[in-house]
Amino acid sequence: MRFAVIVFPGSNCDIDCYKAVRETIGQPVDYVWHTATDLSAYDAIILPGGFSYGDYLRCGAIARFAPVMDEVRRAAEEGRYVLGICNGFQILTEAGLLPGALLRNRDLKFHCHSTLLEVVNNETPFTREYAKGEIIDIPIAHGEGNYYCDEETLARLEANGQVVFRYKKGENPNGSVNDIAGVCNERRNVVGMMPHPERAVSELLGSVDGRRMFTSVLSAWRERHGAAVNG
Amino acid sequence: MKATVYVTIKQNVLDPQGAAVQGALHSLGFTEVGKVRIGKYMELELDAKDRAEAAARVKAMCEKLLANPVVEDYRFELEG
Repeated sequence: MRFAVIVFPGSNCDIDCYKAVRETIGQPVDYVWHTATDLSAYDAIILPGGFSYGDYLRCGAIARFAPVMDEVRRAAEEGRYVLGICNGFQILTEAGLLPGALLRNRDLKFHCHSTLLEVVNNETPFTREYAKGEIIDIPIAHGEGNYYCDEETLARLEANGQVVFRYKKGENPNGSVNDIAGVCNERRNVVGMMPHPERAVSELLGSVDGRRMFTSVLSAWRERHGAAVNG
Repeated sequence: MKATVYVTIKQNVLDPQGAAVQGALHSLGFTEVGKVRIGKYMELELDAKDRAEAAARVKAMCEKLLANPVVEDYRFELEG
């Protein structure tokens, strides 16, 4: 299974994502510059955190028009796996690949600490190895992670099971509606989240709860492709 | 021609910055201040002659890039 980690000017979690893939599942992974126009070789695409284009105008507003985004859209339409983390999530919402928007944190502060998340939907390719309702420890690091969508969209997300992660009750760090920390598209192959699973893949980092995001998507891919377990 | 674009947060969307500024104004004694909303002001120089066409182009810029329709409204003025 081949992974691409997209690198925009201002991405700063690209190396963490690359190493998380290598460390957790040992699959081939490439850094792909934002000017790339062909992602057909990749089964999964990760949009990493950071401050693409300096967050100018709005987080992700300029990155969504990077040449590579047409290919990310194509991959999403073809059912390949797309994961946006933090700034990557912001880019996916700006691009319209995921609903909603990320606003300034309710208290205007940049939050950088571990958070407890509830796995709400464990039927996405990225969460299938978690238990539904399981509480996991994944850090956040953002100033604009306050998830917002209008009430109609929110009702639809909840009804469709598109809320993938919620901050544990009483621990919402940023003011997100319904404590939402991560969502997916209707088809479930595109997931966006503010917390950083790639920073929770080793005991040395304080948590290994992010590892299963990577092992999950590998097992989803293997199942789809009937690949041998050692493939 | 010059376009002046105003991007504002939709009325039903919380504006934490506006709330913080409101609090600061109150603590400075400006107690008459009610709700505060913070938006963006942009000046665009345009190489354009036809006003109607310029208006259509600026509208497209707003919808495509300058404002996020999920959370923001926009309006603009053309001069010159």
